[in-house]
Amino acid sequence: MQEVKNRALALLKDGTVKRVLGWRIGENTYDPEPAFFESEEDMQTFVYNNFCAANLSKYMIEASKLEGKTLVCLKPCDSYSFNQLLSEHRVDREKTYIIGVGCKGKLSIENVKRAGVKGILSVNDTDPLQVETLYGNTEVSYKAAMLDRCHVCKGKEHVVYDELIGESEDTSTADRFAQVQMIEAMSPAEKFAFFQKELSKCIRCNACRNVCPACSCRKCVFDSDKFDSAQKANVDSFEEKMFHIIRAFHVAGRCTDCGECSRVCPQGIPLHLFNRKFIKDINTLYGEYQAGADAEARGPLTSFTADDAEPSVVAEGGTK
Amino acid sequence: MSVNQEFRPKIVAFCCNWCSYAGADLAGSSRLSYPADVKIIRVPCSCRVNPMFILRAFEKGADGVILCGCHPGDCHYSTGNYYARRRMTLLFSMLDFMGVENGRTRVEWVSAAEGVKFSTVMNDFVEKIRSLGENVRLGDLRCKK
Repeated sequence: MQEVKNRALALLKDGTVKRVLGWRIGENTYDPEPAFFESEEDMQTFVYNNFCAANLSKYMIEASKLEGKTLVCLKPCDSYSFNQLLSEHRVDREKTYIIGVGCKGKLSIENVKRAGVKGILSVNDTDPLQVETLYGNTEVSYKAAMLDRCHVCKGKEHVVYDELIGESEDTSTADRFAQVQMIEAMSPAEKFAFFQKELSKCIRCNACRNVCPACSCRKCVFDSDKFDSAQKANVDSFEEKMFHIIRAFHVAGRCTDCGECSRVCPQGIPLHLFNRKFIKDINTLYGEYQAGADAEARGPLTSFTADDAEPSVVAEGGTK
Repeated sequence: MSVNQEFRPKIVAFCCNWCSYAGADLAGSSRLSYPADVKIIRVPCSCRVNPMFILRAFEKGADGVILCGCHPGDCHYSTGNYYARRRMTLLFSMLDFMGVENGRTRVEWVSAAEGVKFSTVMNDFVEKIRSLGENVRLGDLRCKK
Protein backbone atom coordinates (compact mmCIF):
# COMPACT_ATOMS: atom_id res chain seq x y z
CA MET A 1 0.00 0.00 0.00
CA GLN A 2 1.64 3.13 -1.31
CA GLU A 3 -0.57 5.30 0.92
CA VAL A 4 1.06 4.09 4.15
CA LYS A 5 4.52 4.67 2.72
CA ASN A 6 3.68 8.19 1.53
CA ARG A 7 2.14 9.18 4.84
CA ALA A 8 5.07 7.77 6.82
CA LEU A 9 7.50 9.59 4.55
CA ALA A 10 5.60 12.87 4.98
CA LEU A 11 5.64 12.57 8.79
CA LEU A 12 9.33 11.70 8.74
CA LYS A 13 10.07 14.71 6.51
CA ASP A 14 8.15 17.29 8.55
CA GLY A 15 9.86 16.09 11.72
CA THR A 16 6.76 14.81 13.54
CA VAL A 17 8.55 11.51 13.97
CA LYS A 18 12.23 10.67 14.15
CA ARG A 19 11.97 7.16 12.81
CA VAL A 20 9.51 4.80 11.24
CA LEU A 21 8.95 1.26 12.38
CA GLY A 22 7.61 -0.83 9.54
CA TRP A 23 8.55 -3.60 7.17
CA ARG A 24 11.50 -3.67 4.77
CA ILE A 25 11.17 -5.47 1.49
CA GLY A 26 12.98 -8.79 1.48
CA GLU A 27 14.41 -10.72 -1.42
CA ASN A 28 10.91 -11.70 -2.44
CA THR A 29 7.42 -10.34 -1.93
CA TYR A 30 6.80 -12.95 0.70
CA ASP A 31 9.60 -12.20 3.14
CA PRO A 32 9.32 -8.63 4.38
CA GLU A 33 11.11 -8.08 7.70
CA PRO A 34 10.55 -5.61 10.54
CA ALA A 35 12.86 -2.61 10.30
CA PHE A 36 13.46 0.94 11.47
CA PHE A 37 13.69 3.68 8.85
CA GLU A 38 15.36 6.95 9.73
CA SER A 39 15.78 8.77 6.42
CA GLU A 40 14.18 9.26 3.05
CA GLU A 41 16.70 6.91 1.43
CA ASP A 42 15.89 4.21 3.98
CA MET A 43 12.23 4.58 3.16
CA GLN A 44 12.88 3.39 -0.41
CA THR A 45 12.82 -0.16 0.91
CA PHE A 46 9.66 0.32 3.02
CA VAL A 47 6.86 -2.03 2.12
CA TYR A 48 3.40 -2.90 3.36
CA ASN A 49 1.83 -5.85 1.63
CA ASN A 50 -0.31 -8.80 2.62
CA PHE A 51 2.73 -10.80 3.68
CA CYS A 52 3.58 -8.26 6.42
CA ALA A 53 2.45 -10.48 9.26
CA ALA A 54 4.98 -9.53 11.95
CA ASN A 55 3.59 -7.86 15.05
CA LEU A 56 5.66 -4.70 15.53
CA SER A 57 4.38 -3.71 18.95
CA LYS A 58 7.17 -5.41 20.86
CA TYR A 59 9.83 -3.33 19.08
CA MET A 60 8.25 -0.28 20.67
CA ILE A 61 9.66 -1.28 24.06
CA GLU A 62 13.15 -0.52 22.80
CA ALA A 63 12.01 2.37 20.63
CA SER A 64 10.39 4.00 23.67
CA LYS A 65 13.84 4.39 25.18
CA LEU A 66 15.11 6.30 22.16
CA GLU A 67 15.08 10.04 21.65
CA GLY A 68 12.07 11.42 19.78
CA LYS A 69 8.87 9.97 18.44
CA THR A 70 8.61 6.69 16.58
CA LEU A 71 5.98 6.01 13.97
CA VAL A 72 4.73 2.47 14.14
CA CYS A 73 2.41 0.63 11.75
CA LEU A 74 0.00 -1.57 13.63
CA LYS A 75 -2.55 -3.99 12.27
CA PRO A 76 -5.79 -4.39 14.24
CA CYS A 77 -4.52 -7.44 16.15
CA ASP A 78 -1.15 -5.75 16.87
CA SER A 79 -2.94 -2.82 18.44
CA TYR A 80 -4.20 -5.16 21.20
CA SER A 81 -0.62 -6.15 21.97
CA PHE A 82 0.41 -2.50 22.03
CA ASN A 83 -2.44 -1.64 24.36
CA GLN A 84 -1.47 -4.48 26.67
CA LEU A 85 2.13 -3.25 26.76
CA LEU A 86 0.77 0.22 27.47
CA SER A 87 -1.15 -1.06 30.47
CA GLU A 88 2.02 -2.72 31.72
CA HIS A 89 3.93 0.56 31.29
CA ARG A 90 6.41 -1.04 28.93
CA VAL A 91 5.89 1.39 26.07
CA ASP A 92 5.61 5.16 26.04
CA ARG A 93 2.47 6.42 24.30
CA GLU A 94 3.91 9.95 24.16
CA LYS A 95 6.81 8.74 22.07
CA THR A 96 4.63 6.77 19.67
CA TYR A 97 2.74 7.78 16.60
CA ILE A 98 0.49 4.94 15.55
CA ILE A 99 -0.73 4.44 12.01
CA GLY A 100 -3.42 1.81 12.13
CA VAL A 101 -3.03 -0.10 8.90
CA GLY A 102 -5.85 -2.05 7.31
CA CYS A 103 -5.71 -5.81 7.24
CA LYS A 104 -7.53 -8.26 5.04
CA GLY A 105 -5.88 -11.30 6.54
CA LYS A 106 -2.15 -11.93 6.27
CA LEU A 107 -0.52 -14.52 4.05
CA SER A 108 2.06 -17.13 4.79
CA ILE A 109 4.41 -18.60 2.24
CA GLU A 110 4.38 -21.81 4.30
CA ASN A 111 0.69 -22.18 3.57
CA VAL A 112 1.32 -21.67 -0.14
CA LYS A 113 3.87 -24.49 0.02
CA ARG A 114 1.42 -26.59 2.03
CA ALA A 115 -1.09 -26.14 -0.78
CA GLY A 116 1.29 -28.22 -2.87
CA VAL A 117 3.16 -25.52 -4.79
CA LYS A 118 6.83 -26.36 -5.34
CA GLY A 119 9.77 -24.39 -6.70
CA ILE A 120 8.33 -20.94 -5.99
CA LEU A 121 10.12 -18.15 -7.87
CA SER A 122 7.83 -15.27 -7.14
CA VAL A 123 4.40 -14.64 -5.76
CA ASN A 124 2.09 -11.67 -5.53
CA ASP A 125 -0.41 -10.89 -2.81
CA THR A 126 -3.61 -10.49 -4.80
CA ASP A 127 -6.71 -12.64 -4.57
CA PRO A 128 -6.09 -15.28 -5.86
CA LEU A 129 -2.31 -15.39 -5.50
CA GLN A 130 -0.43 -15.61 -8.78
CA VAL A 131 2.53 -17.88 -8.17
CA GLU A 132 5.41 -18.21 -10.61
CA THR A 133 7.22 -21.49 -10.14
CA LEU A 134 9.97 -23.46 -11.82
CA TYR A 135 7.23 -25.55 -13.36
CA GLY A 136 5.09 -22.73 -14.73
CA ASN A 137 2.51 -20.38 -13.32
CA THR A 138 -0.20 -21.37 -10.94
CA GLU A 139 -2.84 -19.86 -8.68
CA VAL A 140 -3.53 -20.32 -4.99
CA SER A 141 -6.68 -18.99 -3.38
CA TYR A 142 -6.17 -16.17 -0.87
CA LYS A 143 -7.96 -18.10 1.84
CA ALA A 144 -5.76 -21.16 1.50
CA ALA A 145 -2.62 -19.05 1.80
CA MET A 146 -3.86 -17.08 4.78
CA LEU A 147 -2.19 -17.57 8.18
CA ASP A 148 -4.08 -19.98 10.42
CA ARG A 149 -4.59 -17.28 13.03
CA CYS A 150 -6.40 -15.05 10.54
CA HIS A 151 -9.15 -17.63 10.19
CA VAL A 152 -10.02 -17.01 13.83
CA CYS A 153 -9.44 -13.23 13.76
CA LYS A 154 -10.67 -11.44 16.85
CA GLY A 155 -11.76 -8.32 15.04
CA LYS A 156 -10.70 -5.63 12.64
CA GLU A 157 -11.10 -2.64 14.93
CA HIS A 158 -7.95 -0.87 16.10
CA VAL A 159 -8.07 -0.35 19.85
CA VAL A 160 -5.38 2.34 19.82
CA TYR A 161 -4.20 4.60 16.96
CA ASP A 162 -3.47 8.14 15.86
CA GLU A 163 -4.73 7.70 12.34
CA LEU A 164 -6.10 4.91 10.22
CA ILE A 165 -5.06 4.06 6.66
CA GLY A 166 -6.56 1.37 4.51
CA GLU A 167 -9.55 -0.90 4.59
CA SER A 168 -9.94 -3.99 6.72
CA GLU A 169 -12.00 -7.01 5.98
CA ASP A 170 -13.36 -9.61 8.36
CA THR A 171 -11.61 -12.91 7.74
CA SER A 172 -12.83 -15.09 10.60
CA THR A 173 -14.40 -18.28 9.41
CA ALA A 174 -13.80 -20.74 12.23
CA ASP A 175 -14.48 -20.96 15.96
CA ARG A 176 -11.44 -19.80 17.87
CA PHE A 177 -11.69 -22.53 20.48
CA ALA A 178 -12.59 -25.42 18.19
CA GLN A 179 -9.08 -26.94 18.34
CA VAL A 180 -8.93 -26.56 22.11
CA GLN A 181 -12.28 -28.27 22.49
CA MET A 182 -11.14 -31.08 20.25
CA ILE A 183 -8.19 -31.78 22.57
CA GLU A 184 -10.31 -31.42 25.70
CA ALA A 185 -12.52 -34.20 24.43
CA MET A 186 -9.58 -36.65 24.25
CA SER A 187 -8.65 -39.11 26.98
CA PRO A 188 -5.68 -38.20 29.23
CA ALA A 189 -3.46 -40.71 27.43
CA GLU A 190 -4.39 -39.29 24.02
CA LYS A 191 -3.84 -35.72 25.19
CA PHE A 192 -0.45 -36.60 26.58
CA ALA A 193 0.55 -38.42 23.40
CA PHE A 194 -0.55 -35.43 21.33
CA PHE A 195 1.48 -32.91 23.34
CA GLN A 196 4.49 -35.13 23.65
CA LYS A 197 4.53 -35.57 19.89
CA GLU A 198 4.24 -31.84 19.28
CA LEU A 199 6.61 -30.68 22.01
CA SER A 200 9.32 -33.21 21.25
CA LYS A 201 9.86 -31.31 17.99
CA CYS A 202 11.00 -28.26 19.95
CA ILE A 203 14.62 -27.25 19.38
CA ARG A 204 14.55 -24.52 22.04
CA CYS A 205 15.45 -21.80 19.59
CA ASN A 206 13.49 -19.38 21.80
CA ALA A 207 11.85 -17.80 18.74
CA CYS A 208 8.42 -17.94 20.39
CA ARG A 209 9.73 -16.18 23.45
CA ASN A 210 11.60 -13.55 21.50
CA VAL A 211 8.69 -12.66 19.26
CA CYS A 212 6.00 -12.67 21.95
CA PRO A 213 4.86 -9.15 22.87
CA ALA A 214 3.74 -10.43 26.29
CA CYS A 215 7.23 -11.85 26.97
CA SER A 216 8.80 -8.53 27.72
CA CYS A 217 10.74 -9.22 30.92
CA ARG A 218 14.21 -7.74 30.91
CA LYS A 219 15.55 -10.84 32.61
CA CYS A 220 13.84 -14.05 31.58
CA VAL A 221 13.74 -17.21 33.70
CA PHE A 222 14.86 -19.13 30.64
CA ASP A 223 18.09 -17.19 30.26
CA SER A 224 20.99 -19.11 31.67
CA ASP A 225 24.04 -17.24 32.89
CA LYS A 226 26.17 -18.79 30.18
CA PHE A 227 26.89 -16.93 26.97
CA ASP A 228 26.07 -17.33 23.30
CA SER A 229 24.93 -20.72 22.14
CA ALA A 230 25.55 -22.29 25.56
CA GLN A 231 22.84 -20.02 26.85
CA LYS A 232 20.26 -21.92 24.91
CA ALA A 233 21.50 -25.43 25.51
CA ASN A 234 20.04 -25.98 28.94
CA VAL A 235 19.29 -29.58 28.15
CA ASP A 236 18.83 -31.09 31.56
CA SER A 237 17.43 -28.25 33.49
CA PHE A 238 13.93 -28.02 34.75
CA GLU A 239 13.23 -24.91 32.67
CA GLU A 240 14.14 -26.83 29.57
CA LYS A 241 11.71 -29.63 30.24
CA MET A 242 8.80 -27.49 31.28
CA PHE A 243 9.52 -24.61 28.89
CA HIS A 244 6.19 -24.50 27.11
CA ILE A 245 3.89 -24.82 30.06
CA ILE A 246 5.85 -22.24 32.07
CA ARG A 247 5.96 -19.80 29.21
CA ALA A 248 2.25 -20.19 28.64
CA PHE A 249 1.59 -19.56 32.32
CA HIS A 250 3.78 -16.48 32.34
CA VAL A 251 1.71 -14.88 29.62
CA ALA A 252 -1.66 -16.17 30.90
CA GLY A 253 -4.11 -13.34 31.29
CA ARG A 254 -1.86 -11.03 29.29
CA CYS A 255 -1.73 -12.93 26.02
CA THR A 256 -3.82 -11.16 23.38
CA ASP A 257 -3.84 -14.26 21.18
CA CYS A 258 -1.89 -12.54 18.39
CA GLY A 259 -0.62 -15.93 17.24
CA GLU A 260 2.97 -14.84 16.63
CA CYS A 261 4.37 -17.80 18.62
CA SER A 262 2.90 -20.34 16.24
CA ARG A 263 3.77 -18.26 13.20
CA VAL A 264 7.49 -18.07 13.96
CA CYS A 265 7.94 -21.61 15.25
CA PRO A 266 10.38 -23.25 12.80
CA GLN A 267 9.10 -26.65 13.89
CA GLY A 268 5.43 -25.85 13.41
CA ILE A 269 4.39 -26.52 17.00
CA PRO A 270 0.85 -25.23 17.65
CA LEU A 271 1.95 -23.12 20.61
CA HIS A 272 -1.14 -20.94 20.48
CA LEU A 273 -3.13 -23.89 21.84
CA PHE A 274 -1.71 -23.37 25.33
CA ASN A 275 -2.50 -19.69 25.31
CA ARG A 276 -5.95 -20.27 23.94
CA LYS A 277 -6.67 -22.88 26.59
CA PHE A 278 -5.85 -20.29 29.27
CA ILE A 279 -7.99 -17.69 27.52
CA LYS A 280 -10.86 -20.14 27.27
CA ASP A 281 -10.61 -21.04 30.97
CA ILE A 282 -10.45 -17.40 31.97
CA ASN A 283 -13.50 -16.65 29.86
CA THR A 284 -15.45 -19.57 31.34
CA LEU A 285 -14.46 -19.10 34.96
CA TYR A 286 -13.86 -15.38 35.40
CA GLY A 287 -15.91 -13.79 32.65
CA GLU A 288 -15.06 -12.75 29.10
CA TYR A 289 -11.70 -11.04 28.99
CA GLN A 290 -9.68 -9.85 26.03
CA ALA A 291 -6.19 -8.77 27.00
CA GLY A 292 -5.30 -5.42 25.48
CA ALA A 293 -8.88 -4.38 24.70
CA ASP A 294 -8.80 -1.89 27.56
CA ALA A 295 -5.50 -0.47 28.80
CA GLU A 296 -7.10 0.42 32.14
CA ALA A 297 -8.57 -3.00 32.96
CA ARG A 298 -7.05 -5.29 35.58
CA GLY A 299 -5.91 -8.67 34.33
CA PRO A 300 -7.73 -11.80 35.47
CA LEU A 301 -4.70 -13.08 37.40
CA THR A 302 -4.14 -9.82 39.25
CA SER A 303 -7.71 -9.58 40.47
CA PHE A 304 -10.21 -11.91 42.16
CA THR A 305 -13.70 -12.18 43.51
CA ALA A 306 -14.71 -13.80 46.79
CA ASP A 307 -16.79 -16.45 45.07
CA ASP A 308 -14.33 -17.66 42.42
CA ALA A 309 -14.47 -21.31 41.41
CA GLU A 310 -12.43 -23.69 43.55
CA PRO A 311 -9.54 -25.52 41.80
CA SER A 312 -11.54 -28.74 42.21
CA VAL A 313 -13.72 -27.43 39.37
CA VAL A 314 -11.11 -28.91 37.01
CA ALA A 315 -11.58 -32.44 38.30
CA GLU A 316 -15.33 -31.95 38.03
CA GLY A 317 -14.95 -31.05 34.36
CA GLY A 318 -16.19 -27.48 34.82
CA THR A 319 -13.60 -25.95 32.52
CA LYS A 320 -14.54 -27.93 29.42
CA MET B 1 16.86 -54.12 50.25
CA SER B 2 13.18 -53.63 49.92
CA VAL B 3 11.08 -55.37 52.49
CA ASN B 4 7.77 -53.96 51.47
CA GLN B 5 6.92 -54.03 47.77
CA GLU B 6 3.88 -51.86 48.24
CA PHE B 7 3.91 -48.60 46.28
CA ARG B 8 4.70 -45.64 48.53
CA PRO B 9 3.93 -42.41 46.73
CA LYS B 10 5.99 -39.29 47.18
CA ILE B 11 3.71 -36.46 48.09
CA VAL B 12 4.60 -32.82 48.51
CA ALA B 13 2.33 -30.64 50.60
CA PHE B 14 2.78 -26.89 50.47
CA CYS B 15 1.30 -25.55 53.70
CA CYS B 16 0.81 -21.93 54.56
CA ASN B 17 2.53 -20.84 57.74
CA TRP B 18 -0.51 -19.31 59.41
CA CYS B 19 -3.27 -21.88 58.97
CA SER B 20 -2.40 -25.21 57.43
CA TYR B 21 1.04 -25.62 58.97
CA ALA B 22 -0.50 -24.90 62.36
CA GLY B 23 -3.26 -27.34 61.41
CA ALA B 24 -0.65 -30.00 60.76
CA ASP B 25 0.90 -29.16 64.10
CA LEU B 26 -2.46 -29.60 65.78
CA ALA B 27 -2.96 -32.92 64.03
CA GLY B 28 0.40 -33.99 65.46
CA SER B 29 -0.23 -32.81 68.99
CA SER B 30 -3.69 -34.37 68.91
CA ARG B 31 -2.04 -37.70 68.00
CA LEU B 32 -3.92 -37.93 64.71
CA SER B 33 -2.01 -39.96 62.18
CA TYR B 34 -1.48 -39.32 58.52
CA PRO B 35 0.84 -41.20 56.16
CA ALA B 36 4.55 -40.48 56.31
CA ASP B 37 4.53 -40.21 52.50
CA VAL B 38 3.50 -36.58 52.83
CA LYS B 39 6.41 -34.17 52.86
CA ILE B 40 5.39 -30.77 54.15
CA ILE B 41 7.00 -27.62 52.81
CA ARG B 42 6.14 -24.53 54.79
CA VAL B 43 5.44 -21.37 52.79
CA PRO B 44 4.55 -17.91 54.12
CA CYS B 45 1.25 -17.90 52.26
CA SER B 46 -0.46 -20.15 49.72
CA CYS B 47 0.07 -17.25 47.32
CA ARG B 48 3.82 -17.77 47.65
CA VAL B 49 3.48 -20.96 45.64
CA ASN B 50 4.59 -20.22 42.13
CA PRO B 51 3.09 -22.68 39.61
CA MET B 52 6.69 -23.56 38.81
CA PHE B 53 7.09 -25.01 42.32
CA ILE B 54 4.43 -27.55 41.57
CA LEU B 55 5.91 -28.44 38.20
CA ARG B 56 9.33 -28.72 39.76
CA ALA B 57 8.04 -31.04 42.45
CA PHE B 58 6.64 -33.31 39.74
CA GLU B 59 9.83 -33.10 37.73
CA LYS B 60 11.86 -34.11 40.78
CA GLY B 61 9.75 -37.22 41.21
CA ALA B 62 6.70 -36.29 43.24
CA ASP B 63 3.60 -38.37 42.54
CA GLY B 64 1.16 -35.83 43.92
CA VAL B 65 1.23 -32.22 45.05
CA ILE B 66 -1.23 -30.66 47.44
CA LEU B 67 -1.48 -27.01 48.39
CA CYS B 68 -3.04 -26.08 51.73
CA GLY B 69 -3.89 -22.57 52.78
CA CYS B 70 -6.20 -20.52 54.95
CA HIS B 71 -9.88 -20.59 54.08
CA PRO B 72 -10.82 -17.91 51.53
CA GLY B 73 -11.46 -14.75 53.47
CA ASP B 74 -9.20 -15.82 56.34
CA CYS B 75 -5.82 -15.17 54.73
CA HIS B 76 -3.25 -13.73 57.11
CA TYR B 77 -2.36 -11.28 54.37
CA SER B 78 -6.04 -10.61 53.56
CA THR B 79 -6.13 -11.64 49.91
CA GLY B 80 -3.23 -13.99 49.14
CA ASN B 81 -5.25 -17.16 48.89
CA TYR B 82 -7.69 -15.59 46.44
CA TYR B 83 -4.86 -15.05 43.97
CA ALA B 84 -3.52 -18.54 44.68
CA ARG B 85 -6.95 -19.97 43.97
CA ARG B 86 -7.13 -18.45 40.49
CA ARG B 87 -3.59 -19.46 39.65
CA MET B 88 -4.02 -23.02 40.78
CA THR B 89 -7.32 -23.41 38.97
CA LEU B 90 -5.68 -22.37 35.73
CA LEU B 91 -2.60 -24.50 36.33
CA PHE B 92 -4.62 -27.61 37.16
CA SER B 93 -6.76 -27.06 34.13
CA MET B 94 -3.66 -26.78 31.96
CA LEU B 95 -2.19 -29.97 33.44
CA ASP B 96 -5.47 -31.71 32.72
CA PHE B 97 -5.36 -30.29 29.18
CA MET B 98 -1.91 -31.79 28.69
CA GLY B 99 -3.04 -35.20 29.82
CA VAL B 100 -1.80 -35.33 33.40
CA GLU B 101 -4.38 -37.07 35.60
CA ASN B 102 -6.16 -34.32 37.47
CA GLY B 103 -6.24 -36.24 40.75
CA ARG B 104 -2.53 -35.62 41.23
CA THR B 105 -2.96 -32.02 42.21
CA ARG B 106 -5.27 -30.63 44.84
CA VAL B 107 -5.96 -27.48 46.83
CA GLU B 108 -7.48 -27.72 50.29
CA TRP B 109 -8.28 -24.96 52.77
CA VAL B 110 -7.26 -26.06 56.25
CA SER B 111 -7.42 -23.68 59.20
CA ALA B 112 -5.21 -23.81 62.30
CA ALA B 113 -8.10 -25.35 64.24
CA GLU B 114 -8.70 -28.15 61.74
CA GLY B 115 -6.23 -30.81 62.79
CA VAL B 116 -8.80 -33.49 62.07
CA LYS B 117 -9.44 -32.11 58.61
CA PHE B 118 -5.70 -32.03 57.89
CA SER B 119 -5.32 -35.66 58.79
CA THR B 120 -8.42 -36.74 56.81
CA VAL B 121 -7.36 -34.73 53.76
CA MET B 122 -3.87 -36.23 53.76
CA ASN B 123 -5.14 -39.78 54.25
CA ASP B 124 -7.59 -39.27 51.42
CA PHE B 125 -5.03 -37.70 49.09
CA VAL B 126 -2.44 -40.41 49.70
CA GLU B 127 -5.11 -43.02 49.01
CA LYS B 128 -5.97 -41.27 45.74
CA ILE B 129 -2.34 -41.12 44.60
CA ARG B 130 -1.84 -44.77 45.55
CA SER B 131 -4.70 -45.68 43.25
CA LEU B 132 -3.26 -43.55 40.44
CA GLY B 133 0.17 -45.11 40.84
CA GLU B 134 3.53 -43.63 39.99
CA ASN B 135 3.69 -40.35 38.14
CA VAL B 136 5.44 -40.91 34.84
CA ARG B 137 4.03 -38.15 32.68
CA LEU B 138 5.19 -34.98 34.34
CA GLY B 139 8.81 -36.02 34.63
CA ASP B 140 9.53 -34.57 31.25
CA LEU B 141 6.88 -33.02 29.12
CA ARG B 142 9.04 -32.59 26.12
CA CYS B 143 11.21 -35.59 25.45
CA LYS B 144 10.14 -38.93 24.18
CA LYS B 145 11.44 -41.62 26.42
